[in-house]
Amino acid sequence: MDSAIAPYLFYLFSFMIVVSGLLVVTLRDIFHCALFLIICLFSVAGVYVLLGADFIAAVQVLLYVGAIAVLMIFAIMLTAKVSGIGIKQQNEQVPIAIITTVAFVAIALYGLGKTIWNIKTDAVISGDTTMAIGKLLMTTYVVPFEIVSVVLLAALIGAIVIARRN
Amino acid sequence: MEISLTHYLALAAVLFGIGLFGVLTRRNAVGILMSIELMFNAVNINLVAFNRYVTPADFSGQIFSIFVIVVAAAEATVGLAIVLLIYRNFRDIFVDNINLMKW
Repeated sequence: MDSAIAPYLFYLFSFMIVVSGLLVVTLRDIFHCALFLIICLFSVAGVYVLLGADFIAAVQVLLYVGAIAVLMIFAIMLTAKVSGIGIKQQNEQVPIAIITTVAFVAIALYGLGKTIWNIKTDAVISGDTTMAIGKLLMTTYVVPFEIVSVVLLAALIGAIVIARRN
Repeated sequence: MEISLTHYLALAAVLFGIGLFGVLTRRNAVGILMSIELMFNAVNINLVAFNRYVTPADFSGQIFSIFVIVVAAAEATVGLAIVLLIYRNFRDIFVDNINLMKW
């Protein structure tokens, strides 16, 4: 990524992630929340591109934006009667949740600011990451790769069994 | 103006906090699942950022984030199936109304 515009892109994507994320958790209409979730996931894919992880960015767009967001919208439409605008969408824990969340984020940011990370920038690999990741998945990480395929198959069968009409 | 590892970690912390707030306050079960997806994305930003800045020679962080994405997909599938089943039985997906197992 061109280093001259990368900071501006980072702040643009961060702004979009934070604003659309806040809208996802606060809007009353759950369908609008799903649409802002798509914007948020796209911006996260942009952050991956800034980090040089182009394969992860492609997977993010394909899986999160293409599959999970569409799945969410399907579920919202199938449960449409209780997702209207006039219904209260948040419970009575909002003040406590705000205090908890702000405290968590403040502690996390304080810790991040204090920590000295062991940064290595000398061996940054530029260019195509897909081939390297594919080779690693087929050699070093082949056992987790196979296990996660079984997990996906189990989730597929489980979802069909759970959602099937008797 | 250089973007460092701390910037990415701060962004991920803020996004995780937003998802946490959504999980704590949403009444709609689908809304809770969407907030959980936000938290998964925060974790993935952390993993990819650490991979870029701390271990740039190997791809362990990126491969771990692929596994996180796969498990998130499985979680969303099963979670939404459960939500649909609850809706079919209760005609309701607000989690504070579904208190059958609450003693």
